[in-house]
Amino acid sequence: MFLTSVKRLRSMGIIGMNQRNFGLIGRYNPRHLYPLVDDKLKTKRLAQEAGITVPRLLGTVHYQHDVRRLKDMLSAYNQFVIKPVKGSGGKGILVITEQDHNLYYKPSGDAVKLSHIERHVSNILSGLHSLGGKPDAVMIESLIQIDPVFEDYSYEGIPDLRVIVLQGYPIMAMLRLATHASDGRANLHQGAVGVGIDIGTGEALHAVQYGDPVYFHPDTRKPFSNLTVPHWDKLLELAAACYEMTGLGYLGVDIVLDRDQGPMIIELNARPGLSIQVANFAGLAPRVAAVEALESIDPDPQSRVQFSKRNFAAVRNLIRPRRRANPIAFTLLAAKTD
Amino acid sequence: MQASARLYTVVILILFTGIGLILYKHLILGFPLMPDEKKFVWTIEAKIDFQATGEPVIVSFALPPKEPRLTFMEEDFASSDYGFSELSSDEEQRRVQWSKRSAQGAQTAYYRLSVYENDKLIESQPSDDPLPPQKPELDEVFLTASLTLLETVRAKSANPEIFTRELIQTLNSPSPNQNQRLLRNDKAGENYKTDLILNLLALEGISARVVRGLFLEDGRRRQSLTNFVEIHDGQKWILFDQNTGKSGKPGNFLIWQRGGQSLLDVIGGKNSQVSFSIIKNIHSTRNLVVNSGMHAQAGLIDFSIYSLPIEQQTAFKMILLLPIGALIVVIMRILVGIRTSGTFMPILIALALIQTTLVTGIVIFLIVVSTGLLIRSYLSRLNLLLVARISAVIIVVITIIASISIISHKLGLSQALQVTFFPMIILAWTIERMSVLWEEDGPREVFVQGAGSLLTAVIAYLFMTNRTVEYLTFNFPELMLVNLALILILGQYTGYRLTELYRFHSMGRHHVSDKR
Repeated sequence: MFLTSVKRLRSMGIIGMNQRNFGLIGRYNPRHLYPLVDDKLKTKRLAQEAGITVPRLLGTVHYQHDVRRLKDMLSAYNQFVIKPVKGSGGKGILVITEQDHNLYYKPSGDAVKLSHIERHVSNILSGLHSLGGKPDAVMIESLIQIDPVFEDYSYEGIPDLRVIVLQGYPIMAMLRLATHASDGRANLHQGAVGVGIDIGTGEALHAVQYGDPVYFHPDTRKPFSNLTVPHWDKLLELAAACYEMTGLGYLGVDIVLDRDQGPMIIELNARPGLSIQVANFAGLAPRVAAVEALESIDPDPQSRVQFSKRNFAAVRNLIRPRRRANPIAFTLLAAKTD
Repeated sequence: MQASARLYTVVILILFTGIGLILYKHLILGFPLMPDEKKFVWTIEAKIDFQATGEPVIVSFALPPKEPRLTFMEEDFASSDYGFSELSSDEEQRRVQWSKRSAQGAQTAYYRLSVYENDKLIESQPSDDPLPPQKPELDEVFLTASLTLLETVRAKSANPEIFTRELIQTLNSPSPNQNQRLLRNDKAGENYKTDLILNLLALEGISARVVRGLFLEDGRRRQSLTNFVEIHDGQKWILFDQNTGKSGKPGNFLIWQRGGQSLLDVIGGKNSQVSFSIIKNIHSTRNLVVNSGMHAQAGLIDFSIYSLPIEQQTAFKMILLLPIGALIVVIMRILVGIRTSGTFMPILIALALIQTTLVTGIVIFLIVVSTGLLIRSYLSRLNLLLVARISAVIIVVITIIASISIISHKLGLSQALQVTFFPMIILAWTIERMSVLWEEDGPREVFVQGAGSLLTAVIAYLFMTNRTVEYLTFNFPELMLVNLALILILGQYTGYRLTELYRFHSMGRHHVSDKR
């Protein structure tokens, strides 16, 4: 069966692109706030002011003639990530894990010359990867060290966690795992694995690759049934706090776990995608409705997280099939889906 | 919710204005809703010949009366060096006059009229009151014969209408009796017969007059007017064919003149005669309506695209098709959910396809884009700045297009010459974007978006080249309002896109764990 029915999607509470653009982005995200998240330097500064951990900024390049200074800038660091400041969807990110004799090594082991990096930086400055092709700037960040929990769940890239935050309430989460098919990138379209994560516990719920269920990582063969995201509460609180930080009501927060520094925010997205629903095998609509039904938004991120954990915890786990003893969430969700 | 209420009010307003204007143009101004409606336009030329005698010349000529059922498109008068004036502008009795101080030899004057029957269903009735019949002066024999004839006819009739029909039929009877033969005088012409009927009717006390007109038949030359007799039965005028007695106006009969006034008067000339030639043309109804609207200064037409020079009108023909393309893009993206490279690039491709025809256009597009992608992949190794690279791609595109033109010309494929209609800058950007897409998201995404753009372009092309659509958009620019309303409504659609039914297809399956 290639197509599913509208009725089925509606009964699951799946939100479509039109509904997302109209009812979520159009409604909760005022346009003038977009630059806060579209410009990663601004986001970084904001996050630092709010006391949120972010990867360390090693340097920036704003002008073409500064490209020549790149060699000096990079010489001090063995590992770094080069990013377009206004890039989207993980485009234009260059990761270097090792530097040796004027050769730079990518996670795949391929070696590139300095000229390659210079051209990459120059392309970014010309606006190749930015929204609408506008001239851009380049930021160089410290490389995140993979948390041992995820070691066997990733091929080349570092897994990142996408949390959808509606008006400060984390409502759905997904872990994105790079695969060989996705060329080390955490982009679901290109074949990365999306793992739905239980808001209540941080456990893996369900996983998909190319929209179809998978039960273990396609490259490492490691099953997802043992996967639990550590620092779960801290992580949700970080995500929830981004609402106060940006003022955006519908936000995709991308978080990575650093081995040494714990969870940190790497990117915010004002137009988060909808594949997270497939990864969770659940629709966003009932959870959106639950948040919209609230009379007022709790100003404290921690208590918002508690609300989310109570209400959006999974009723059943599709990877570890067992009923969870959580009567409150059960009745609440059952009432919602009726 | 207030915002959506406001939107729907605006939508309904726009929709009603659009539909209202369309209906007004269709019902009142007579614009046909379909492009196929054709009308016959008759062009009648009256040629007046006479021999001038060297004295001052005055030619006076009767023109056909304007009837509501007929639309006079054009009236032309031509003569060599004659003064010209219209004598009376009375719709019923129009006359023109040519004059000259002195003329010698054969003289000719022309009058040309283009006329067509419009759709107004008003049966035109002459409204003038009849003159009381004047008793004719006849000699004894003739009078006796007439009275006898009238008596026989009267015996068979009940009212003036039946009487007249009976009278004409009796006079035209193939086996006339002595009386009839005397009256009829078979050697005399049409005019004699008309006079006879009018005299007999006058004796009977019925008001009557002669009506001259022209049978409209295509390609007739040297025609003359045919006489009809019109009687007044006390309430209205009734027209009779003086040869058959049939009442009513035949369908293709153009009434030229009513009453006994002369058709043509020539002072200062002799051997005057007038002959008519008739041609039938087929015109589209739309042109006729536009023409008559321009003449009548109907505001909606006078202040419309039709008032622009023809060249700009053709440009607008194209521009007015763009909203249709935009609507298709909106439908494809919002309802179907097809990804295209560049939101409105499909419309531009569609416009190019219109110039090149479908298959040629697609082939050319594929050749240019794939060659461009090849060359672009080489350029990406040259380490260029973005703007320089796109400019380089533009030049590459132009080179490809030029070579396609030259090669196809040498091969005798004239269609491929149309390649120049493709928007080159847009093509260059498409190539640049697709090549970046290729590097970043892989060839699959390039094919998905490329195919999506082409599919949308082809669908837009099919709609934009549809004759009816083309006709409607150009002749009813108000359709844009309807289109706008549709797009505004579609902008509110929050349901699933068709492609999302596939995207979320795994959600449709009952999960394995459900079966437990």
